[in-house]
Amino acid sequence: MKQKFDIITSTCVPLPLENVDTDQIIPARFLKATTREESFFGENLFRDWRYHADGTLNKDFVLNDPTYGGEILVAGKNFGSGSSREHAAWAIAGYGFRVVISSFFADIHKNNELNNFVLPVVVSEDFLSELFASIKADPKMLVEVDLPNQTVTNKATGRSERFEINGYKKYCLMNALDDIDFLLENKDKIEAWEQQHA
Amino acid sequence: MANTLFDKIWDKHVVQYVEDGPQQLYIDRLYCHEVTSPQAFAGMRARGLKCFRPDHIYCMPDHNTPTHDQDKPIEDPVSKAQVDALAKNAADFGLTHFGMMDSKNGIIHVVGPERGLSLPGMTIVCGDSHTSTHGAVGAVAFGIGTSEVEMVMASQCILQQKPKSMRINIEGELGKGVTAKDVALYLMSQLTTSGATGYFVEYAGSVVRNLSMEGRLTLCNLSIEMGARGGFIAPDEVTFAYLKGREYAPKGEDWDKAVAYWKTLKSGDDAVFDKELTFQAADIEPRITYGTNPGMGIGITEAVPSIDTIPEAGRASYLKSLDYMGFQPGEKLLGKPVDYVFLGACTNGRIEDFRAFASIAKGRKKAAHVVAWLVPGSWMVADQIKAEGLDKILEDAGFELRQPGCSACLAMNDDKIPAGKLAVSTSNRNFEGRQGPGARTVLASPLVAAAAAVTGVITDPRTLM
Repeated sequence: MKQKFDIITSTCVPLPLENVDTDQIIPARFLKATTREESFFGENLFRDWRYHADGTLNKDFVLNDPTYGGEILVAGKNFGSGSSREHAAWAIAGYGFRVVISSFFADIHKNNELNNFVLPVVVSEDFLSELFASIKADPKMLVEVDLPNQTVTNKATGRSERFEINGYKKYCLMNALDDIDFLLENKDKIEAWEQQHA
Repeated sequence: MANTLFDKIWDKHVVQYVEDGPQQLYIDRLYCHEVTSPQAFAGMRARGLKCFRPDHIYCMPDHNTPTHDQDKPIEDPVSKAQVDALAKNAADFGLTHFGMMDSKNGIIHVVGPERGLSLPGMTIVCGDSHTSTHGAVGAVAFGIGTSEVEMVMASQCILQQKPKSMRINIEGELGKGVTAKDVALYLMSQLTTSGATGYFVEYAGSVVRNLSMEGRLTLCNLSIEMGARGGFIAPDEVTFAYLKGREYAPKGEDWDKAVAYWKTLKSGDDAVFDKELTFQAADIEPRITYGTNPGMGIGITEAVPSIDTIPEAGRASYLKSLDYMGFQPGEKLLGKPVDYVFLGACTNGRIEDFRAFASIAKGRKKAAHVVAWLVPGSWMVADQIKAEGLDKILEDAGFELRQPGCSACLAMNDDKIPAGKLAVSTSNRNFEGRQGPGARTVLASPLVAAAAAVTGVITDPRTLM
């Protein structure tokens, strides 16, 4: 959903697993919807980790642990690998996350998050492991994600890192604009390209 | 000037460079299947837009299609609704649609090349990560999200950061029983599932040159499993011979003109890649995976890595993975009983894959306890199987052919591997639950799959050749 992004300060949900693929984020059987109801996808975020095969809640999974909550998901490296399904980004947004922090994201999923106004924040391995330790020590600790200044701060330790995002996408996020708005304004350039390459 | 083939194709398609941002890339071909397109069509309707270049867009259902009784309505109402929605959307927006039972239907990544819709020098996208497959014809092809599908529908363009370039050379000659699938599985285990993230890969070297077009399609298909956005192979005589006469390929004078241009599509001798890697065919044996991502693979005679070889930060994920698979660190998998065998998918659903499977099945019988699903990638493949008499060989060995579709690769139709069952599968992903909740997947080539199907256990196919 289009919403303006500025500074977010929140507690975090830790998922210290590597190579979390989009099949885990949202299993294929939930991809049959023909509409974009984020609440439906959000309800089924990490479905097969959240629930046992018999449909009962898996109390050991972090989303079911009342100790943790917030708008920031913190995940191990190579988050969002595999399938291009944007439903994974819809599920993350639908659940209520606005930021995902990891040391490495898969390409397609990273774009999908950005296109849904969820901010992927890439941090160093070191920052990430310290952050996991901070959350474990105090689940109520806060992280500040400052998009205008492109910084992420672990409020427990005071450690701060700069993250990368291109100026165009930053502008889009801060002003709730999407790529289609931009492309539609540039149709003359597209037609000129077509004529040149006919 | 880097002068790689990737640069040549990509740069030619740049409409504009957005200041401090991505590049606006013109797209020659958009493919749409039923799963990742409905929300894009809905977005187009909400904005009151028509498709900017409807003749550049081809639609077909493949993920939900049942692999039996396709002439009857789909039983699962939710799958039916999604397949019906694609037909209606295609009609409403004036797009070409190959529906179920249409002789041109099949898995989008099998149909595109075999119909001559995917051609050298093109930019090709689809809301599907295995779009990298089409790179085998010498195109820049990559998977995108649904928002990006909508961008292409609206403007025939996409905004993308240009990936870096990587060349992977595979030199030497493949040994007995070693296929393009094994090469790809080997590369994934060497690079891991994120080793090529941020890159577009050009495959080169004598092994790649000697691959058939089917083998090249398999290799490029799996580029995404190393994290690469796409992978491609410079077009050559193999490519031209494959494409000539295909339905949508240029004809007559246009063909000659096209080939003259396609022959210029190669990296310069002075090309500079951001990364270049070389591997030797002699190091590759038939391969299998043991874990829950495609990079977790071994040679079929090797043992599952022991825990002390795994870096500290990855151990929790590693043990979770082996626990899911029911395997022990350090054990060999040869001789493990197999419950299911799946031949098909955009990875290995082409004629050569059925020939390979049949070469092992010929004169043997399917193991009684194994359930085998043999699913051609398209009706064209299905017809060729019959024309070559492979159907008879497979039938005599106790195998039954099903109707085309993605099938058990991701189990969106009824072809689900039951929880706890072990499947040897020629598909592309062994993620938890990928082939059905609780299903355990071992990825392998059609030869390894066939060897498992006739012996009932994980078997080195070289012992049957």
